[in-house]
Amino acid sequence: MNVFEFTLLSMAGSLLAGFLGSLTGLGGGVVIVPLLTLGFGVDIRYAIGASLVSVIATSSGAAAAYVKEGFSNIRIGMFLEMATTLGALLGAMLAARIPTAAIAVIFGVVLIYSAYLSLHPPHGQVGQEASDPLATRLRMDSSYPTLDGPVAYHVHAVPTGFSLMFLAGALSGLLGIGSGAVKVLAMDRAMHIPFKVSTTTSNFMIGVTAAASAGIYLNRGYIDPGLAMPVMLGVLIGSLLGARVLVRARTRWLRITFGAVILVLGFEMIFNGLTGRL
Amino acid sequence: MSKPRIAWTDQQMDDIIGTLLRVGVALAALVVLVGGVLYLHRYGNTFPDYRVFHGEPSDLRSLAGILRDVLVFRSRGIIQCGLLLLIATPLVRVAFAVVAFALQRDRTYVTVTLIVLSLLLYSLLGASH
Repeated sequence: MNVFEFTLLSMAGSLLAGFLGSLTGLGGGVVIVPLLTLGFGVDIRYAIGASLVSVIATSSGAAAAYVKEGFSNIRIGMFLEMATTLGALLGAMLAARIPTAAIAVIFGVVLIYSAYLSLHPPHGQVGQEASDPLATRLRMDSSYPTLDGPVAYHVHAVPTGFSLMFLAGALSGLLGIGSGAVKVLAMDRAMHIPFKVSTTTSNFMIGVTAAASAGIYLNRGYIDPGLAMPVMLGVLIGSLLGARVLVRARTRWLRITFGAVILVLGFEMIFNGLTGRL
Repeated sequence: MSKPRIAWTDQQMDDIIGTLLRVGVALAALVVLVGGVLYLHRYGNTFPDYRVFHGEPSDLRSLAGILRDVLVFRSRGIIQCGLLLLIATPLVRVAFAVVAFALQRDRTYVTVTLIVLSLLLYSLLGASH
């Protein structure tokens, strides 16, 4: 396989990953690393570098569409980004110190967890009860548009959410993924932020989080232009296409199928990590 | 008492940020594409080697090195420059938020966004040294 063929194939694979990731809401980044390592035999460090770049592209690309709808909460996002960027810096620094086999195993565990979440999506409870006083002081309470006019919501458990975000950032920096699942979980389950607000705010934060570790990866020589080019363009085009058909698609069986694929990839990553092949 | 007129509302801020992100991503993708075409033209027939990790040469690791590559029209450097633009997009977004919160006289969030911004700058400019 020469560079030309490799570029076309990896771009096609990334396009499909971005497309399915955006349709199912699971993000394409989570399958890019298994695709490149298990499918193309790429070293996991190059794969993580390329994946990280594609995560920024999808986040910024989709956020451009989301922010105009008025769902995302910029104050919550910015406040929690302190935790995710700090976590991302730590994760990226850790990545250079722990063996690649261990990274593969952690990656596998995160994949299996994402597969579980894809079958049990968060149900979204709107916080109507009184806010965390910290949230009030930080002016996080807001409202979001619905068909019946704006609905107000209150924000809970800011310290818990903040800690979970640090973890999400560390995983993002270590594995080159967006960690959207953990971010949504923190905002939905812990902070009781409405589902639409938490998904769009999470997407908003993913780009900043990934940029925090991407700088370190670039400086360390993990980002290869020849590999990142097809992956970034493929994922970007795929996710933009996915966002267009999202409205029409029946996503339930898609989620289940994609979740099953992620589950299998998770076990393969763990197996290959433990047998020292990655 | 008149309100300061230039202070943006949260909604206006969101609109400007949305446009900013779109332009940033489009520009980055375009530069990567141009570099990619040159790269394929030049290296399309060679064989990729990603199985063993070597790390990138030093010119592709730093801002200054990448800019030097772009000036002499090196395809890999041009792709890397596009990727750098992409990494910079969220950074510009945060920098913009600093200004917007300052115009709203929201000191707490100016501090919050400045912390995020300095963490990002640290990663991009200083962390590896």
